Amino acid sequence: MNSLFSNRPDNISANQYAYLKAHWHHHHMVSLARVLLIAAFLSLWELAARKQWIDTFFFSSPGGIVSYLYQMFLDHSFFTHTGITLLETIASFLLVTLLGLLAATLLWYVGSLAEILEPYLVILNSLPKSALAPLLIVWLGTGTNTIIVAGISVAIFGSVISLYTGFSQADPEMLKLIYTLGGSRKDALFKVILPSSIPLILSNMKVNIGLSLVGVIIGEFLAARRGLGYLIIYGSQVFRRWAQVTKPSQKPAPRYQGAGSIFTSGLTPVCNW
Amino acid sequence: MFKNLHMNYNLTGRSFHNNAIGKSTLLSIIAGLLAPEEGALYYKGRLLAECAPDDSVKIGYMLQRDHLFEWRTIYQNVILGLELNHALSSENRDYVLKLLEDYGLSAFKDKKPSELSGGMRQRAALIRTMAIHPDLLLLDEPFSALDSQTRLDVSADIAQIIRKTGKTAILITHDLPEAITLADRVLVLSKRPACIKCEMPIHFSVDRHDPIAIRNTTEYQLYFNHLWEVLTNEQSVFQPT
Repeated sequence: MNSLFSNRPDNISANQYAYLKAHWHHHHMVSLARVLLIAAFLSLWELAARKQWIDTFFFSSPGGIVSYLYQMFLDHSFFTHTGITLLETIASFLLVTLLGLLAATLLWYVGSLAEILEPYLVILNSLPKSALAPLLIVWLGTGTNTIIVAGISVAIFGSVISLYTGFSQADPEMLKLIYTLGGSRKDALFKVILPSSIPLILSNMKVNIGLSLVGVIIGEFLAARRGLGYLIIYGSQVFRRWAQVTKPSQKPAPRYQGAGSIFTSGLTPVCNW
Repeated sequence: MFKNLHMNYNLTGRSFHNNAIGKSTLLSIIAGLLAPEEGALYYKGRLLAECAPDDSVKIGYMLQRDHLFEWRTIYQNVILGLELNHALSSENRDYVLKLLEDYGLSAFKDKKPSELSGGMRQRAALIRTMAIHPDLLLLDEPFSALDSQTRLDVSADIAQIIRKTGKTAILITHDLPEAITLADRVLVLSKRPACIKCEMPIHFSVDRHDPIAIRNTTEYQLYFNHLWEVLTNEQSVFQPT
């Protein structure tokens, strides 16, 4: 982008040019600082591992992680596990979005229903979902269904609550407008509530995909033979720390939690499309 | 409040025991959004509540803010009423296009509401109201969100448009000059519970289209002083003269 401004175009005044230059300079400095920070962290980690300041058995090293990942690429297990988790996450994300919208719409449409169910929704939402996972295995077996349901269970109640809150905060004057023009409650829903909630629905979807991933990993911890959650459990059980460190880990052994999210950050661009 | 107000308004304090009763509640009752606790509404001798749905008296309601939907274009906004009444015939579409043309908005019909000025938005809101061919227009402080210069222009503009159609309109305003300039009849409501304190027919010797000329007449001064007296004096209840 800098090359664009290496010479001042005729349609830009000198002051404006100076401002733009300062703006781009600032922008570049921020990007550079970001890259340097992560490079410094990785180099320090690698250096500490090679000089044996830290025990690589517990803390692994960037080089070790890369070589293990390369191995996984070669035997295709990387793609199998990531693909399974990705598919399960997408399935539970789509179901959460659909079911959440339907439930919130129903709650809005039938006013007293929301009043009756509100405390139960709050309780269900605050329930620790990992505690549900063993129950799900008993009810649904150890298949993909269980994992998808685990993913749904983490995200659905919060999704319903926030969507319903958004729906019920729609401008009452806009609803009044619909009624004065002869519209029904159904018209109010389709002409005002849903269109005005599109930004809310989108931001809700962003939250949902992250939570679905959390739920799917929890499910895979307990009931899977494939997937990233399974790899984390497998890694921790065979004490292959450097394997675990490369996986998205929601619940690794507490000591290694910090290093465990390296792969998760790799997934973030997918989650925050 | 404009010409052709054929409504027989026997408002009394008794009809409105509800504490929340005020001018907006009154309009909501006329518009059929709320049922009166007591009493009934007649329009041209017909009981409003007993009209058959296909023969019902259509009420056009303009709210304090225009409430044009940002997710629709101006054209999609003004046909909202037709859409809700399942009346999107080509005849009605042509009528809406003609209104847009008449009110100088046809160049903006594919724009979003945020691209229009306050006055234009209020005119678009009026078209949305007029598109359903209302028999009676209710305007609930429709100019209160505009700055004072725009307000003067837009109110004169909209009053003229409504005059041309010959429809009855009930305008609620807190702005006494606005009421005198625009209305053919001014009704002063008391504080809650609302009852009519004073009814004042308004006549001017000058052209009604020019709000500034009206405000320079001596009649205007007389009306203003008289109504101001009624408004500020809680005790006095003036009888229609």
